[in-house]
Amino acid sequence: MASITPISHCFWRGARNALPFLLVILPFGALFGVAATDAGLDLAEVMGFSILVLAGASQFTALQLMNDHAPAFMVIVTSLAVNLRMAMYSVSLAPHLGRAAPWHRVLIAYLMTDQSFGLSQQEYERAPAMSLPQKVAYFLGACLPTCLPWSLSTLAGALAGKAIPEGLALDFAVPVTFLAMIAPGLRSVPHLAAAAVSVIAALALSPLPTGTGLLLAALLAMWTGATVERLLERRNAA
Amino acid sequence: MTAADHYSGPMIWGIIVVLGIGTFLLRYSFIGLIGSRPLPAWALRYLRYTAVAVLPGLVAPLVLWPQAAEGSGADPARLLAAGATVAVGIATRNTLAAILGGFATLYLALWLI
Repeated sequence: MASITPISHCFWRGARNALPFLLVILPFGALFGVAATDAGLDLAEVMGFSILVLAGASQFTALQLMNDHAPAFMVIVTSLAVNLRMAMYSVSLAPHLGRAAPWHRVLIAYLMTDQSFGLSQQEYERAPAMSLPQKVAYFLGACLPTCLPWSLSTLAGALAGKAIPEGLALDFAVPVTFLAMIAPGLRSVPHLAAAAVSVIAALALSPLPTGTGLLLAALLAMWTGATVERLLERRNAA
Repeated sequence: MTAADHYSGPMIWGIIVVLGIGTFLLRYSFIGLIGSRPLPAWALRYLRYTAVAVLPGLVAPLVLWPQAAEGSGADPARLLAAGATVAVGIATRNTLAAILGGFATLYLALWLI
């Protein structure tokens, strides 16, 4: 049945399924625009982040480290570490999309986000009979309400940024946004352990040069998450 | 001094472009290379925890020593807001609900305290 479903149908199905993410992406993108303008970046630089990087958490990470005056190298390495999960998404999507046309794969890679990956992965598992063009169409459809509004809302935030009164306490928008991104993922013991180690180690290592403590804390936390997961698996298997 | 005063224009663009290229390469890595061997299980295990390993450590100092307090230490309204954000996020598994809960608590606490 899947083979007679038109390609455009798959595209619009992806777009429709991704629509609820607008509720997160619009305010989140606007917050980035506001925060980046507040950090002194000009409009081209703010938009450069949202168009060239297109990854919210790492953009906020870079911004925060720049506010802390970390060396450029540390800004890049730590922000890239936040995006390491994209490599995992790429691994998961490879069996489904690895044989698409080269320029399709470039486009898919550029547009890969938590949302477009998550939705597509679910859809491919739900409907394994989908053809390659249908899978590509669904993925690109899911990008429509997630990727373009990211730039537009960043632009809106950057333009409005200067007009926002101080009483709104937007200095705290970045911490709130990060916590809101982390919290829904804190459902398993290894995730909780990794998060706890990350917090404790980052605070304990904060006297180190900016960015260094965080990077060491992150490595320690990754190791903790992976180790706890392995121990739990071993215990459940036994 | 804002972040932008600390870096030259070309350096800011350097950060943006290198971060953009690096992020693209991470995304492209496996779908770009067909026939590559799958990643070993231990590597996937580590990758799974990257976001939850970096972000909490990044956010902890911002919550405990917020900029608005100007070095005077923790601010009760912001601590409450941070706690509410995490609680709502865990309870609802919804990022937007957590942001709204956090800001509602922040404004309420700033108004009350």
